[in-house]
Amino acid sequence: MISPYWVAIGLLMLGLYAMIAHRNFLKKFVGMTIFQTAIILFFLLLSVKRDATLPILVPGVADPRAYMNPLPHALMLTAIVVMVATAGVALAILIRLHAVAGSLEEDRVDGPEADGPPGR
Amino acid sequence: MRQHLPILPVVVTLGGALLIPIVALGARRVAAPLACVTAGLAAVTAALALADAVASGPLRYAVGGWASPWGIEVVVDGLSGFVAVAIASVATVVLTASGPAVRAGYGPAGPLFYTLALLVLLGLLGMVVSGDLFNVFVFLEVSSIASYALVASAGGRALAAAFRYVVLGTVGASFYLLGVGFLYAATGTLNMADVARLAAGVSASPLLAGGAVFVAVGLAIKMGLFPLHAWLPDAYTHAPAPVVSFLAPVATKAAAYVLARSLLQVIGQADVPVAAAVAWAGGAAVLFGGVMAARQTDARRLLAYSSVSQVGYIAVGLGLGNAPGVAGAYLHILNHALMKAALFVAVGAVAARGGGVAVGALGREMPVTAACAVVAALSMVGVPPAGGFFSKWYLLEGSLAAGEPVLAAVLLAGSLLGAVYMYRLTERVWFAGAERRERGEAPAPVVAGLVVLAVASVAVGVASAPIVARVLGPALPALD
Amino acid sequence: MDAPSLLPALALAPSAAAAILIVALRRRPAARDAVSVAAALAQTAVVAAMAPPALRGAPPVWAAIDLVPGVPLMLRADALGVLFALVASALWVLTTIYSIGYVRALREPSQTRYFAAFALCLLATVGIALSANLLTFFCFFEVLTVATYPLVVHAGTPEATRAGRVYLAYTLGGGTALLAAVVWTHALAGTLDFVPGGIAALAAAGPGTLWALLALFVIGCGVKAAIVPLHTWLPLAMIAPTPVSALLHAVAVVKAGVFGLARVVGHVFGPAPLHALGADTALVWIAVATIVGGSLAALPQDNLKRLLAFSTVSQLSYVVLGLAVGAPQAFAGALLHLASHALLKITLFFCAGAIHVAAHVDAISAMRGVGRRMPLTMGAFAVAAAMLAGLPPGAAFASKWQLLGGAASAGAWAGVAALLASTVLTIAYFAPIVVRAFAPDGGEDGDGGHGGEAPASLVVPLLLTAAAGVALGLAPDGLARIESLARAAAHAVGAGR
Repeated sequence: MISPYWVAIGLLMLGLYAMIAHRNFLKKFVGMTIFQTAIILFFLLLSVKRDATLPILVPGVADPRAYMNPLPHALMLTAIVVMVATAGVALAILIRLHAVAGSLEEDRVDGPEADGPPGR
Repeated sequence: MRQHLPILPVVVTLGGALLIPIVALGARRVAAPLACVTAGLAAVTAALALADAVASGPLRYAVGGWASPWGIEVVVDGLSGFVAVAIASVATVVLTASGPAVRAGYGPAGPLFYTLALLVLLGLLGMVVSGDLFNVFVFLEVSSIASYALVASAGGRALAAAFRYVVLGTVGASFYLLGVGFLYAATGTLNMADVARLAAGVSASPLLAGGAVFVAVGLAIKMGLFPLHAWLPDAYTHAPAPVVSFLAPVATKAAAYVLARSLLQVIGQADVPVAAAVAWAGGAAVLFGGVMAARQTDARRLLAYSSVSQVGYIAVGLGLGNAPGVAGAYLHILNHALMKAALFVAVGAVAARGGGVAVGALGREMPVTAACAVVAALSMVGVPPAGGFFSKWYLLEGSLAAGEPVLAAVLLAGSLLGAVYMYRLTERVWFAGAERRERGEAPAPVVAGLVVLAVASVAVGVASAPIVARVLGPALPALD
Repeated sequence: MDAPSLLPALALAPSAAAAILIVALRRRPAARDAVSVAAALAQTAVVAAMAPPALRGAPPVWAAIDLVPGVPLMLRADALGVLFALVASALWVLTTIYSIGYVRALREPSQTRYFAAFALCLLATVGIALSANLLTFFCFFEVLTVATYPLVVHAGTPEATRAGRVYLAYTLGGGTALLAAVVWTHALAGTLDFVPGGIAALAAAGPGTLWALLALFVIGCGVKAAIVPLHTWLPLAMIAPTPVSALLHAVAVVKAGVFGLARVVGHVFGPAPLHALGADTALVWIAVATIVGGSLAALPQDNLKRLLAFSTVSQLSYVVLGLAVGAPQAFAGALLHLASHALLKITLFFCAGAIHVAAHVDAISAMRGVGRRMPLTMGAFAVAAAMLAGLPPGAAFASKWQLLGGAASAGAWAGVAALLASTVLTIAYFAPIVVRAFAPDGGEDGDGGHGGEAPASLVVPLLLTAAAGVALGLAPDGLARIESLARAAAHAVGAGR
């Protein structure tokens, strides 16, 4: 039985590899998302307890040992929001970059001059 | 209102950031003054909180009434208040001085710049006053996301630089988050003071060690500490001028503060020699940044590498961990913010006039700009009475007190390198740009901002002894 | 006993106010120049007023805010400090008058920057002189570096810029070494105050540490003091206008360097600990090398100012020799030479500037017959040169005599030999100039320039300084009690033994 933490670590490494090794910016972005997801998974794994259910209150069951630790879940909700916002900005940049440079390959993107005043 | 003082800087900035896009729909020209006023209010409230903290001890505020350690705590003491005032006041001056540049560069999209800038400021202030580890992460990402957008707003070469900034910045923030996860697993709490207390009991734990390493690495990336600085030169070179003038002085400082807090009070007891690694990375940064800066011919790239070098100074002080070293690091946070802001604003003003000339050669046409740039350069080199000399003094003292003469020699070598690249900037660096140049001094807001920054540099230098003795010193935990 | 007083702060006030007023008055040259002269006179008066209490043993002391916790910005007008400050201030008056005439005659650009930088230099110099601790000293020392830079690059030509770059490289490098020494001293001794006879706590450090510390101090001050091999910047800096060279070489920068060494030897380490370390011998040899080397280098020079530069290199190490030898008589002689060399060298530079302005001649080979057309100027030159070589009753004769006596009594025979050799060499490099200048007008040997003396504003100061040189030699104590101050300073250092 592989400890689920190894899965998280594996995803982390996968994401890092993709960010470093791939030449395509969109693939780097995907790697970044996998990287962030791995960390979210890690936190959620922290919350797991033996024989515990999801941290949603079941009427009548007040024993804390019956529920998983809700704090990491709450934290990760925030982290997911952060991940989405980052993804939004990153994708907006990539759209713009593709419009300007015509490509998202790393070596074809370095080079174009400024395309005019910002905010357009 | 008085008891809400610690949270006011953050709330004020948030209010301004939300208000600007709404107001700008109707009256676009209100955006700039509104942003400056907001930042100014944030600085004033932060100063009031700091004064309170210096007079009567650290201010603790429980957000939403939830008591710590379960609730999120906001802490203003001599250290966090000092950094908050530094960031907010420099931001105010830079925003005021950037008015003409924003109008020229952004045109009708000006309010967007101000909104994003205030969001960055919000994130930075939130990071600094937060007493909760995860809360720091949230505000860290708020400021980062806004700054990614700011850097990208120039288009062209800035886009690739901004994307790299996004990737590296996210890696950094995620490492920090991972580290926080480890610390939570080891101690069961997210409150900084609580973690510090509980960490003493688990000091040999590998969880604590792993947490310490990840937190330090994540913050080092955000600080731009060599060798994790790779995003900095490109981002500062290609971003629009007002963006760099705003980000460069303040953005890395909040991360430096969080690293300081973490090293000293949260993860200091971990088994891993994180502090030593930070100190030596800082030393390497001082030399690397200095050498790279001395080789540049583009003014902004030179200043970017100079920032890498100066962040190294701060890291050395934090890594040393003794009273003079840490005091010097905090003092340098303020001094570097002042001088970098002045230099970037001056460089922007010169470039806006058409470029092609070294800063110092403009003595006749832009005397005030050139004079302020020279004062900032002298502070960078470490000539008294400008502030930069005094922070270097404390760092040197700290190095000797910790028995690290090699670090002291590195710091001194960094000063000489600083003299070399500052000389280049004022005498020999040429700005690429149009050959046709406008005559005359920079616009009034720019000149006013530069004068304030230059005067403040000297004033902070002269006042550095009282600052260290009465603001920073008492707030430092008992250090060897 | 220290006597708290406002006087030391008042000594800094005139030059500080002048720097600001000069910039404010930049469109009114007459008012601006008047401010310069008035400030110089005021400063001299205040410094002179501090001489009697200093001689009585009750130096006025003024302390301001802390620079770092525990180390205040503090000024103390003791005998050593007053001597240097007095020489600097009095010569500032004459140099300002000379400068006004010089820049107007040559219609130099950027006059406001020139005079403002001058004022800042004098502020820094008096601050250096009156510093009561190493940190105050260091702050003013660095301000001096920065304030002299605009003066060195004044001409704006590529050579001037290059000279300025070399100057900055040397002086900032020296400043870094000095900073290292100051921080280290603070770490070792816990205090930075100047103590006559040496800081006691320092003596407890090991010999290796003391040698390294001394080396840092010597490099730090030695750059400005132009000891070999740190002297290279000085001849290059001759590109500056002549009044700047006069100020730099007679008053401010180089004298600040040797003054710094005097403080280090007398008030940081102490002559006895240095002797115990064996470091005094090393300093003597450095001084010997510089004395002889500078004199030898002066011989083949054709450019008058470059020759004077190398002569300065050599003469400054007379002072270093006197400090290193350790005998009180030599120490006093060294300080006396600080004053006498200042007077005589400034005379020589004033003459060089007058010749440049009136006869448009810079090279010695082109100076044939100049003396006949400018008898006053060349006369003063000849007198000053002779006195500098040690001719009685000139000022330098007395100081040299004391230096020789002190060196002999301490058994520093290398020093004695160097002094004697240098005397011969000084005559050797000055005599041909005088002879050529008064020779009948050749026709082929350069044009010898045009007729007449330089304007009065140039000639009067140089006559005054030449006369002062004679007066100082005849009555060393009559002129502002220089001799007493030198003796008192030496005594204070020796008494700590």
